Amino acid sequence: MPAEAPPLLAIDGLRVAIGGRSVVDGVSLSIRRGEVLALVGESGCGKSLTALSVLRLLPAAARVAGGAIAMEGTDLLALDEASLRDLRGNRVSVIFQEPVASLNPLVRVGDQVAESLRLHRGASAAEARTEAVAMLARVGIADPERRAAQFPFELSGGMCQRVMIASALICRPEILIADEPTTALDVTIQAQILDLLKTLRAEAGSAILLITHDMGVVADMADRVAVMYGGTVVESGPVDAIFDAPAHPYTRLLLATVPRLDGPRRQELKTIAGAVPDAAHWPQGCRFRTRCPLADERCAEAPPLEPAQGDAAHLAACWHSDRVGALA
Amino acid sequence: MTLLSVRDLAVHFPVRGGAAKGAVVKAVDGISLDLEAGRTLALVGESGCGKSTTGYAILGLERATRGTVAFEGRDVTHAAPAERRALAGAMQIVFQDPSAALDPKMRIDASIAEPLAIRGTPGAERRRRVAELLDLVGLPAGYAQRYPNELSGGQRQRVVIARALALSPKLLVCDEPVSALDVSIRSQILNLLVRLQDQLGLAYLFISHDLSVVRHIADRVAVMYLGTIVEQGDTDAVFAAPRHPYTEALLSAIPLPDPRAQRQRQKIILSGDLPSPLAAPAGCPFVSRCPIRIEDCARIRPVLRPADGGTEAACLVRAG
Repeated sequence: MPAEAPPLLAIDGLRVAIGGRSVVDGVSLSIRRGEVLALVGESGCGKSLTALSVLRLLPAAARVAGGAIAMEGTDLLALDEASLRDLRGNRVSVIFQEPVASLNPLVRVGDQVAESLRLHRGASAAEARTEAVAMLARVGIADPERRAAQFPFELSGGMCQRVMIASALICRPEILIADEPTTALDVTIQAQILDLLKTLRAEAGSAILLITHDMGVVADMADRVAVMYGGTVVESGPVDAIFDAPAHPYTRLLLATVPRLDGPRRQELKTIAGAVPDAAHWPQGCRFRTRCPLADERCAEAPPLEPAQGDAAHLAACWHSDRVGALA
Repeated sequence: MTLLSVRDLAVHFPVRGGAAKGAVVKAVDGISLDLEAGRTLALVGESGCGKSTTGYAILGLERATRGTVAFEGRDVTHAAPAERRALAGAMQIVFQDPSAALDPKMRIDASIAEPLAIRGTPGAERRRRVAELLDLVGLPAGYAQRYPNELSGGQRQRVVIARALALSPKLLVCDEPVSALDVSIRSQILNLLVRLQDQLGLAYLFISHDLSVVRHIADRVAVMYLGTIVEQGDTDAVFAAPRHPYTEALLSAIPLPDPRAQRQRQKIILSGDLPSPLAAPAGCPFVSRCPIRIEDCARIRPVLRPADGGTEAACLVRAG
């Protein structure tokens, strides 16, 4: 894929406000066709709200307060409801973290998987059912014929998650938004699901916006990574650059706090001082500065997201990114 | 010295209603384990494998259907209430979710002092001990007057740990103690647990599904599947030379935070799900998902035997 290919999805300066306070504050991201972009961060960093804005699925209390979201030039924030419905589940699909809450408890799972095909592709009931059963088999559900006729409560959480993934993928979306798709799952089931996402991406060429806090999942799946903290992107770049030479102290420390399977045992782990502040307590300037070992008076002014270490594809928002390497 | 010794422990739950009425869920079905004073034994496995139920049964929070739990050489499996109260001083638990484990209307000092108050410790002594415990878990003394909602998740977990330490226990059952915490906070709590163990000589029964955390903290590991231990051994042996196919799959399924290594890794992707504990196979519990099963596996239940990598594995093929 040529690097200069125009992005499939471009988020530019997005702001999301809850009760007059910006909880997503000027986020810009782009994703190319077939690319996996991991959006990483801890609770409250704004990663889910950013992703949900794409399909205007924000919770009632939140609203987009500024910025633009475009899919191949179409302004998604200006679309009317009918055009949005055309997009949802068709060209853009979402997998949520809580599978059981995201399925309709009163509709047989086969019908839920088939719904998008009937809605968007005008498939007949019989066609849609056949394809839905085939899709359930693809996502690793044993005995898909019987399962298709069951209701969500008859399935385990892992199976419900796969049902939701099947319904998200059945129209072969151009963009899949996956919000912590495996966080609620056990590790062997997680491996199945990640494997499946890779297969479907290879076959259908779908781009994936993957939201996660798990650096292992990022390393496994991502082409590019954007790290969020305090409602802003603090670092973004190709996955190898982010892991090899993180240029923001938060990324660096986040990677260093996780015990590694090949690291020394019982040795003191790196820590990040304090706790993740909520939006009401974000400091002026760099929002990480209250927890950052490199912070000085300059950090009272917000640093711009700029190329780090001379790599135009690797951006970091830190006045001291040249000293990040010495941190861990 | 062996602090805790569990033999053939089973916890069965009868199904009281619904389509499966009369059936029995064998949540834990015949496990044996030993824990030395001052050491850490990790129980690992996926949801529903029985690891938490095992911890609860050891503390007497669930009733053992079969088997024995011995603490300091004494059989405490069916301890009478008075004896159980006495034991509570020596065996304590730290739960996963610190927000749910603390009473939101109780001040931090009252929460931490509650076990002492129940024992009739005088007020002045309680205050002294609370100050000591706050210091021990790395919280400022002023936090005594706060309420849980004024604390972050990591600070709340420190309070829960302080409360568990109030009666100077010898054993802490830690049930997923860092799983509910933000990633940047987990390492703080793990460092605290390691420090407290070194300082106080605590033994931990560390229940977790997170294998990188387990490898970091545990001396020994027992891998559970459907209510049984399928492999156990020293942490280094389990991670370096797992011989049970389930342990292998579990280890290979953890994504490593290293993109290059991750691209080259050979992953074992298991098919299917855990069988329902209502319909556990007669033979090996792992038979329905096992990539190396032979015919006998569906019929014969394997027992733990020494395997060539230094662990003990319950596998007819690998340690038959």
